[in-house]
Amino acid sequence: MHAFGQILRTEAKLYLRDIPTLMLTVALPTLILVVLGLIPSLREPSPEFGNQSFVTYFTPSLLVVTLAMVGINALPTVLATYRERGILRRLATTPASPLALLTAQLVLALVGILASAVLLAVIARLAFGTPLPQHPLGFAVALVLGTAALLAVGLLVAAVAPTAKAAQALAVPLFMVTMFFGGVYLPRFLLPDFLADIGAYTPPGVQALLDAWTGTAPHPLHLGIMAVIAVAAGAAAARLFRWE
Amino acid sequence: MPVIEVTSLHKRYGETVAVADVSFDVEAGEIFGVLGPNGAGKTTTVECVAGLRVPDGGGVSVLGLDPRRDATRLRQLVGVQLQESQLPDRLRVAEALELYASFYREPADPTQLIGELGLDEKRNTPYEKLSGGQKQRLSIALALVGNPRIAILDELTTGLDPQARRDTWGLIERVRDRGVTILLVTHFMEEAERLCDRLAVIDKGRVVALDTPAGLVSAVAPEQRVRFRPSTPLDDRLLTGLPQVTAVTRSGGQIVVTGTGDVLHAVTSVLARHQITAAELRLEQATLDDAFVELTGRRFVD
Repeated sequence: MHAFGQILRTEAKLYLRDIPTLMLTVALPTLILVVLGLIPSLREPSPEFGNQSFVTYFTPSLLVVTLAMVGINALPTVLATYRERGILRRLATTPASPLALLTAQLVLALVGILASAVLLAVIARLAFGTPLPQHPLGFAVALVLGTAALLAVGLLVAAVAPTAKAAQALAVPLFMVTMFFGGVYLPRFLLPDFLADIGAYTPPGVQALLDAWTGTAPHPLHLGIMAVIAVAAGAAAARLFRWE
Repeated sequence: MPVIEVTSLHKRYGETVAVADVSFDVEAGEIFGVLGPNGAGKTTTVECVAGLRVPDGGGVSVLGLDPRRDATRLRQLVGVQLQESQLPDRLRVAEALELYASFYREPADPTQLIGELGLDEKRNTPYEKLSGGQKQRLSIALALVGNPRIAILDELTTGLDPQARRDTWGLIERVRDRGVTILLVTHFMEEAERLCDRLAVIDKGRVVALDTPAGLVSAVAPEQRVRFRPSTPLDDRLLTGLPQVTAVTRSGGQIVVTGTGDVLHAVTSVLARHQITAAELRLEQATLDDAFVELTGRRFVD
């Protein structure tokens, strides 16, 4: 336990020292929110968005930015780098388990996502009057399952990519797809219905997040799909993962 | 009693045989070298000893334990420095040692170890800012921070400049003086010759020789050459008559005497008796490099 605590502490320090990644994962969604919020017309409620402002409507999609950054970009890159540089292998020769390092990375990813979500919700509330998630339980479940699904996909990338470069080559298209279906590139109301529908079922399941934020209980099917993806990708990653 | 016993070790990767048949024992307190060209199977051999790989045949015993079955116990007792294993760029020297120290039940004091390895001034330097030699010393420190009884060091000085290499050798000798048994993998002849008490020369997955460095050299290349420029002309027969001398040749104004045993003493005695002084006197002995060529029929390529 002593060893795990030390690993977690060390990895946390390394995470905090990597300012660009920290900014991209934790602060970027809030920064985008603030920039959009500076445009007056985007703060006006509009019938198009169910009498909310665009800023409010778009906030859950911004959460997708964090989830995709952490789950699909940062996590696999760190793990593939650790494998490529023999860090995992060296750990395997000590009494500490590389599994402890993997766990520490997952803990940090979750903390980063949580910090980002809280920051986003609080700033949206204080600066733009966006209500906090109206269905807190549903939101928590949707966030947890969506995060789990994305982290599992990220681990799968880390499992099959031999090097950091390969991890990024795999991660970029996945990242773009996640962002696209999450309504980050084009707000989802601009997407044809069938594309918007697909977005409900691709990790992290932006529809469930949106529903819960506006006060509707997330659709069980949406949540179920995320759970299935998390388990399936997680199991595949566990099967394929190599320490070296 | 040996602390490491490797018996008929065999390891394949698919169709490729990495280690065909390797056996050797390492005694407590010695620096034992595994020497051979790239691809000879050195690293695979020590990886089996370190418990990182499962042998396909033969046995490995470390401190009387099985590297796979007793892995948990052995990891407390064996420090391993792997070839080309690095650390995260932003991890600082002291942090790395404190991290690794936390893995062991009875670790060495990281601060003291940092001092012993001459990294005091670099305590708070991130890994990416260290020189090659400093990285290597940190890597050795990590292998020693658990106070191991055995240290396995793979390609210790590859990529270091000559000064850093010599410093590292001095360091390894000090570690041995503390009672740590060292299993050293190298493809540097000079390193093996300088550091190792005994050597296993491995080629194409087999042990081709096992001896002290001096023993290996004299077994395969017992001849020495004495080269000098005589102060006055000299009759070859003075030298060819000596029992130690096998051949005398001339090159330029120099005489080259080839022989065995104490040929140098024999030659200088004869010269002294005839009041001839020998200028530019040099004794040329075979090196481990020459021995390797004899053993494998190939030149040693880095």
